[in-house]
Amino acid sequence: MEQLIAFFDMGGYAGFVWPSYGVAAVVMGGLFVAVWRGLRHDERVLARLQAATGGRRRVRAAEESGSRGIDTGGARMADQAAARATPDSGGPA
Amino acid sequence: MHRFANPTRFLRIANAILPWSAAVMALSLGVGLVYGLVLSPPDYQQGETVRIMYVHVPSSWMTLFVYTAMAIASFVYLVWKHPVADLAARASAPVGAAFTVISLSTGALWGKPMWGAWWVWDARLTSVLILLFLYLGYMALANAFDDRQRGSRAAAILALVGWVNIPIIKFSVDWWNTLHQPASVNPVGESGISIDASMLVPLFAMAIAFKAYYVTTLLMGIRREIAAAKVRTLRLAEVQG
Repeated sequence: MEQLIAFFDMGGYAGFVWPSYGVAAVVMGGLFVAVWRGLRHDERVLARLQAATGGRRRVRAAEESGSRGIDTGGARMADQAAARATPDSGGPA
Repeated sequence: MHRFANPTRFLRIANAILPWSAAVMALSLGVGLVYGLVLSPPDYQQGETVRIMYVHVPSSWMTLFVYTAMAIASFVYLVWKHPVADLAARASAPVGAAFTVISLSTGALWGKPMWGAWWVWDARLTSVLILLFLYLGYMALANAFDDRQRGSRAAAILALVGWVNIPIIKFSVDWWNTLHQPASVNPVGESGISIDASMLVPLFAMAIAFKAYYVTTLLMGIRREIAAAKVRTLRLAEVQG
């Protein structure tokens, strides 16, 4: 127990040693999490957008190839997905 | 170098490296923390505050390393117009800024007990503060234009011109009479390495951990930028019908 207290006391310099490690942990950890979450967000948006436009392209290709009475529900869903994926698409980029 | 300009090929390579760089980071961080905080001895003059060295020195090394990497990427972007080089420079800037913040704040936390001052306007500290402003200026400039390419070009030029600060930081402790001490780990200079092995283990372990951290966040950042660029292209295609 005394050893543990001595360890955390850092020879009387606890107020300088621990904040140093704390600053490094907070700044590096914070940036890491921010980059990680940004990556996941952007890749998810991309996947939705690709699924949407890809789906629409497939439907259009099917329509062009002559199969008229095709169920356009797929296209409608793709449009909705695209609209969900682009919530800020109204304003200037 | 040209082989990496293709984002698809780059993504394949990046995804292969990412788990390894993350593993190296975790492992060396563990070793560095255990040795740095527990197993290494206190300094005969500085006592336990010497443990601040294991975050201060590696992060300070990284401030120079990341900026130089950013300047090289900017150069490659300006000369060959490699899109991934621009993304690499953009993804490096926040990591470099983070290391500079850590370097400056741990330096202040070490300076107060050892020098008696949080901050002095000596050449080393001032030039590192300027480096922080260069990182922040780069990030601001890169995102300041509606036309992304103009931002990339302007920021790349700033990164290249600002590189002049790197040798100034490195040699400030030799050129001028500074309160900050000269380098203790100087393999190519006359002074050599003047630190005991018991302190070099945590120092180098943390240096490896910080470098692996940079590689990991850089690759994730570039991956993110590639995804964001594809999103922009798809949305533009949608608008244009």
